[in-house]
Amino acid sequence: MTTPDAQAPPAAGRRRRNTTAGARRRRLTRYGLRTRLVVAFLLVAAVSCGTTAALTYRAARNAILEQTQDTAVSHFRDQVRGIGYSLPVDRENLQQSVLTIARQAKPHPWVVFAEYGTMRISSGTRPTSTVLTPELRRTALARPHGSFQRVVSGGTPYLTVAIPTTFKMDETGAGAIRPTGLVFFAVMRLEDEEAEVRAMVLAARDGALPALAVALVPALLAARSVLRPVRDVQRAARHMGQGHLDTRIQVKGGDELADLARTFNESAARLERSVEELQSAEARARRFASDVSHELRTPLAGMLAVTEVLDEDAGGLDPDTAAAVRLISAETGKLAVLVEDLMEISRFDARAAELNTDEVDVAETIRRTLIARHWTDPERIVTHLPDGIRARLDPRRFDVVVANLVGNALRHGRPPVTVRLITTGGALVVEVTDRGPGIDPEVLPHVFDRFYKADPARGRSAGSGLGLAITLENVRLHGGTVRAGNGPAGGAVFVVEIPLRTGEGESTP
Amino acid sequence: MPRVLLIEDDPSVREGVELGLRRRGHEVRTAATGEAGLAALGEFRPDLLLLDLMLPGMNGVQVCRRVREDSQLPIIMLTARGDDFDVVVGLEAGADDYIVKPARTEVIEARIRAVLRRLEAPGSGRPAVEFHGELAIDRTGLTVAKSGERIALAPSELKLLLHLSAAPEQVFSRQQLLEHVWEHSYHGDARLVDACVRRLRHKIEDVPGSPRYIQTLRGFGYRFGPL
Repeated sequence: MTTPDAQAPPAAGRRRRNTTAGARRRRLTRYGLRTRLVVAFLLVAAVSCGTTAALTYRAARNAILEQTQDTAVSHFRDQVRGIGYSLPVDRENLQQSVLTIARQAKPHPWVVFAEYGTMRISSGTRPTSTVLTPELRRTALARPHGSFQRVVSGGTPYLTVAIPTTFKMDETGAGAIRPTGLVFFAVMRLEDEEAEVRAMVLAARDGALPALAVALVPALLAARSVLRPVRDVQRAARHMGQGHLDTRIQVKGGDELADLARTFNESAARLERSVEELQSAEARARRFASDVSHELRTPLAGMLAVTEVLDEDAGGLDPDTAAAVRLISAETGKLAVLVEDLMEISRFDARAAELNTDEVDVAETIRRTLIARHWTDPERIVTHLPDGIRARLDPRRFDVVVANLVGNALRHGRPPVTVRLITTGGALVVEVTDRGPGIDPEVLPHVFDRFYKADPARGRSAGSGLGLAITLENVRLHGGTVRAGNGPAGGAVFVVEIPLRTGEGESTP
Repeated sequence: MPRVLLIEDDPSVREGVELGLRRRGHEVRTAATGEAGLAALGEFRPDLLLLDLMLPGMNGVQVCRRVREDSQLPIIMLTARGDDFDVVVGLEAGADDYIVKPARTEVIEARIRAVLRRLEAPGSGRPAVEFHGELAIDRTGLTVAKSGERIALAPSELKLLLHLSAAPEQVFSRQQLLEHVWEHSYHGDARLVDACVRRLRHKIEDVPGSPRYIQTLRGFGYRFGPL
């Protein structure tokens, strides 16, 4: 039965393993792709070099040693069989035989030993050899065709061969072969073979190092061929991020990197297509608003021209008809304003709004705006308009800005409304303040939104609902900003800031 | 009351404006196309032409040019705001003023009156004919001659020249000229002034590119002279 408690430790252990694996991956990714590719390439080259060298070494070494071994064993066997001896073993005869065999050494000189019971005879200086192992002595008696063993003693490699002498039980030659008990041993130094093998190791090492150095070149080339497309993709992605959606990568070849480039291109094309669709949908929506306004304008032009007739004649009609006629007349006027404002907004949206600037006296311009709308009662409007501030403005648009802000303050705030003109560090600032309750902080971010209603229950305001949005666009067109906020003593504050520009301009007379 | 020829293709605007103006005592003749309007011109002999810019077939600008070929009839264009390019082209073609549709009849009539209004007669002590260089300006007969040759000026051109030359070397801002010559608001469209100055220079200056009579003061406005 597994309990959650029992499961917990392994899970924790796995998590720890994962984090260490993650750390390792992070350590790896710290190095560049080029470094990793080159290292991997060299590693593969080193492993294959090493493996090849090791296999070759082993095969060659075995071939060399086996050849020596085989020669020595068969030759020794022939020598041993070739001499005659009689039983019981005669020490003198045996000594002769040993010396004879010792002279016939092949392929290297050997020292021959003969052992029979306790008798020890040798061709060398000592009667027996220290390199002969008990193991060889044991197998020598078991294998009548001889056995051998490679022994390293005192740093020198030796080949030891043992050949037992045998006799047949009967003279017909069909009987079993029996050892006589007399065994010949040959001890041969293998120094030459060892030297040959060592030379091979050196050759393998000396060959592998330049091979690794040479492998560096294809490694770098491979890294480059991988990295170039990767860099292309990176550059293209950055370019796309900067808004150039028509960016494409040149596809070369048919490998995975070409696939990557192709995938990138396809994604880019899809992205471009959907952005285009979005843009054209937006353009269609804007054109629709603009077209609707245009279409409304023509009938309105006819209607607005005759509202006067309605107003004048309403007095002679019966009261209900008169009220209806006056309503139509009044609403026609409002509708005309609304349609004009909609047209203005669509021109801003289509970036078709033009700035026709002129160098003007700003105080005079503001004063004229107030006078034109009969906002001259000092109880309701207080102005601080220092003379002598000249700026390049579009007088019509600036008039709209000031009129909308002051009109808004008179409508929603409480008088007196203060209009203050100041200049600060290269900007002209117009501040419109009222003494009303101010703007609800929740409403504040939306005051410049189109058709935004602070109080949904209040319904239609006196304006079109586009006044402040148009104000914002007009100020922006001048390269300026407009902010709404609440003053320290309560009351809404609208601040327009427009960069002061004078002198040269396109439409200076 | 002035006689007004209205060329407007849209029936509701045509009827509405005609009704409004007739109620105010104007004698109004209407035409739905430029061709019909030009045909009505000789027979009706209007005091003023109200001309829609967007007409099927021959458009308002072409009508305006055709009229200006042999007549200094006051012309007011009817346009929609935003058709800025058309306004400029129309003004270059010789229109004296423009009205943005939709407009109330009182606004249309105010413009008609402003364009038709004569400038105040010269004060006493001023000669009837003033000479400025080669220009001879007759403030009573409202004629201008250059080197003895009569120059045909459209109403707005004549009024602008009379206004500027009444106070030689005095600088008038474009807003001031808009108010006094066109009776527009201070914040009106200064392109009216610029277009009219260009047309006037074309007619009275020896080299319109380097004017002697109507001079520009960058950043301030225009002045007459000094010669």
